[in-house]
Amino acid sequence: MLGKTANGLFWMSRYLERAENTSRLIETGQRIALTRLGATDNDWRSILQTAGVDKGFEATHDEITQDAAIDWMLRSRDNGSSVLSSIAAARQNARLVRTALTHEVWEAINGAYMDSRAMLARKVPERDMPQTLNSIRQRAALVRGAVHGTMLRNDIFDFTRIGTFLERADNTARILDVKYYVLLPQASSVGGQVDNVQWETILRSVSARGGFRTAYGTVMDPRDIAQFLILDKRMPRSLAFCIGKLKGNLNYITSTYGERPPSYAMVNHIERRYLCHDIDAIFDFGLHQFIQQMLDLIGDLGRQIEIDYRFTE
Amino acid sequence: MSSESIFDEMWGRDEQLRYPYANFKGWFDGEDPKRLRAKQREAEDLFRLTGITFNVYGQSQAEERLIPFDIIPRVISGFEWQKLSRGIDQRVRAINAFLYDIYHRQEIIRAGRIPKEMIARNEAFLPQMIGVDPPGGTYTHIVGIDLVRTDDNQFYVLEDNARTPSGVSYMLENRETMLQMFPELFSRNRVQPVENYPRNLLRSLSACAPPACEGKPTVAVLTPGIFNSAYYEHAYLADQMGVELVEGSDLRVVDGRVAMRTTRGYAPIDVLYRRVDDDFLDPLNFNPDSALGVPGIMDVYRAGGITIANAPGTGIADDKAIYSYMPEIVEFYTGERPLLENVPTWRCSDSDSLAHVLDNLQDLVVKEVHGSGGYGMLIGPTATKKELAAFRKKLQARPSNYIAQPTLSLSTVPIFTRAGLAPRHVDLRPFVLVSPEGINITPGGLTRVALKKGSLVVNSSQGGGTKDTWVLED
Repeated sequence: MLGKTANGLFWMSRYLERAENTSRLIETGQRIALTRLGATDNDWRSILQTAGVDKGFEATHDEITQDAAIDWMLRSRDNGSSVLSSIAAARQNARLVRTALTHEVWEAINGAYMDSRAMLARKVPERDMPQTLNSIRQRAALVRGAVHGTMLRNDIFDFTRIGTFLERADNTARILDVKYYVLLPQASSVGGQVDNVQWETILRSVSARGGFRTAYGTVMDPRDIAQFLILDKRMPRSLAFCIGKLKGNLNYITSTYGERPPSYAMVNHIERRYLCHDIDAIFDFGLHQFIQQMLDLIGDLGRQIEIDYRFTE
Repeated sequence: MSSESIFDEMWGRDEQLRYPYANFKGWFDGEDPKRLRAKQREAEDLFRLTGITFNVYGQSQAEERLIPFDIIPRVISGFEWQKLSRGIDQRVRAINAFLYDIYHRQEIIRAGRIPKEMIARNEAFLPQMIGVDPPGGTYTHIVGIDLVRTDDNQFYVLEDNARTPSGVSYMLENRETMLQMFPELFSRNRVQPVENYPRNLLRSLSACAPPACEGKPTVAVLTPGIFNSAYYEHAYLADQMGVELVEGSDLRVVDGRVAMRTTRGYAPIDVLYRRVDDDFLDPLNFNPDSALGVPGIMDVYRAGGITIANAPGTGIADDKAIYSYMPEIVEFYTGERPLLENVPTWRCSDSDSLAHVLDNLQDLVVKEVHGSGGYGMLIGPTATKKELAAFRKKLQARPSNYIAQPTLSLSTVPIFTRAGLAPRHVDLRPFVLVSPEGINITPGGLTRVALKKGSLVVNSSQGGGTKDTWVLED
C-alpha cells in the first residue's frame, strides 16, 4: 500500500469521527440550554474548548452566544474542524484513496458529503437542529457500517480503524481535560445541582447515559464516571477501549509486515503504563496530570504512526 | 445549412428508419415519456453519487461538475463497425511506425513526404527521444481516434489523440448506467461488450514491461492529482485494474528504478501509465518547475528501467499540423491506401492556403495547431463579424499556428428532451490499445453530443454531453 494511501485512510476516518463527535457536543450544549439547567456562556465555552475550536472562535467573535457557537461548530468554513469542514475533508481524503475503498464505502461518504452540504448550506433554524444533527450521525453510522460490512480485513482496514480510534481517544481525553475538576473526589462532597448537570454533560457528550446506568446504576458518582470514561473496556469511547483497539490494529499490521516499528512499542507502553491500574491509582497520581499526559501520548502516537508507515515523504 | 443536408443516424436523410435503430424504436414507442424523464434524473443522481465528475479549470477548486448524460443510446451496426475498426487499426499501426521512424532514421523526411521543418521546429518533437527504443517497440499504448460522420458511408478522422486520450471512464460508466437502468433494452439488442477494457488495458501495459522487470510487471497510474480535471478517470482506471494510483510525490528514483513510497518502503514500478504531460514528467529533463513528475525518470527510461505509457514525445503524431500529412503517413508505412479519410485541411503556413482561408473564413473551422478541448478555435458560420475580424488578425500574425477545415455537416443522433426525441450533432472517440501482442479496439467508444440545438461543439468543457455507444452483433 502507498504511504499516501495510509495517510488518506487515516485522515478520512479521523475527520469522520470528528464530525460525529462535534455534532454530539453541539447536541449536548443545546440540550443543556433547552432544559434550562443553567447553561451559560461558560458551558458553550467549555464545549468549544472540548471540540478544540475555542481559539479560532475567539479570534473571530467578540462574545460567545449559543447561535454563534453552534454555527461555528456546525458549518463554518473558517473552522477546519466544523462538522461541515470535517465531512468535506473526510470526503476529500476518500477521493484521494478511492482505489483502496469499496464502492459502498465511497458512496456512503460521498452521500454523507452531498447530504450535509445541502443541509448545512444555510444557517440551520433551531427547530431543525435535532433532526439535522441526527441525520449527520446517521450518515456517519452508514459509513461505518459500509466499512465493516464490505472492506477486507487487511492493512487498508487497519489504517482506517487507527484513524477512528486515535481521534476518538483524543476526543474523550479532551472531554475529561475540560471537565476534570467536576470529577475530583472533593466534588462529590458538594454534590449539588450544578455537579449533576456537569456529570450529565460529560455522559451526553459520549452518548453514554444509558450505558452508564446499565453498568453503574442510576446514582451518578464522579469516581464511577471517571472509571467509565478512562478504564472501562466495555465502553467504546473509553481511553482503555480506544487504546486497546489501536494496539490490536497496529498488531495486525506488524504481524503482516513482519516488522515492529516504534509505534508498536509506544501503544504497548501506553496501555501497560497508564491503563492497567484502577481508578484510585489515577486519582492518587492526579487526574488532571494523568489526562494531560494521555493527550500528549495520543498525539505522539499519531505522529509516530505517520513516520513508521511513511505517510508523507 | 438547411436541415435536409444533415444525416441523422436514426432517420437517415429521408425519414426512413435505419436498421440499427429498429429494435430501439420498437422499445421507445412503448415507453412512457414520464418514466423516461424519471430515468434521466435517476441517471444523474447515480453519476453524482458515484462521483463521476470532472473539475472545471478556472473555477474554484471545489467545483466539480457532471458531464451531462443522455439516456438514448447511439447505435452502430456490426458491419459499420467492422469497416471502421479496420481503418482505425491501419491508422494506429501507421502512427506507431511513424513515431519510431521520426525518432530514428527519419526515412519519411528523406523520402520527401514530410518537410523537415514540420518535425525539427515542432514543439511536440522531443529531441530527448531520438534513438530511444521504447519497451515492446510501442509508442502509443493508448490512442483515441476522434471520428465524425457525415453520411451513411462517410466517416472522417477529426483528430488523433496519441498523448493521453481521456474519456474512457465515461464510456465504461455510461454502459454500466444503461445496464442498470434499462436491462430490458439489452435483452432485446445484442450489444458488443465494452467492460473488458480495464482488463485489456492492464494486459496490454504488462506486455510492454521494460528489460529491468522481473516476474509479474508492477503497473501504476500516474495522476497530476486530485484537482486535475480527469482525476476521477485516473482513480477509476487504477481501481478497475487493481493497481496503485500514484502522484509525483509518491515516486523517486531508487537504485536505478522508479519506485513508489509504500507503507513498507520503496517498491519499484515496471510500467507507468502516466496521465501527466511530457513537459511535467521529469523536472531534470524537461520543465524544471514541475512538481508533478519524477526527477530522473527519463534517465531510468532510457536505461530500460521503466516503461512510460504513452511514450514521451508521442505528441508529434497528434499535432494538428502533422495531421494534415496523415494520408501520406499511412501510405508510407503500411503501403496501403488509407481506409479512413482525413478532413480536408488547409495549412495556414502555406501562403496560398492562407489566402484561401482568409477569403472563406466565414465558412471554415479554424483551429490552433497545438490547441485542444475546443479552446482557441473559430467556427466561421456561427461567428460574429467582430469575432471573424479578430481571428483574421490572429491568422495574419501567426499563420503557421493555424489550420483550417471546411465546416462539416456532422451527423446527428436523437437525444431525449422534454419534447421527445430531438437530433443533435455527435462525434465518436473509439479507444485503441497497442502492445506487442497486437492492437485491441473496444467496440464503440465515447460518443460526445452537443446538447444545444444546432451546436457543433461537443467538448465537455463547452457544454457537451455523452451517450452510451452501442455496436450491435450483426
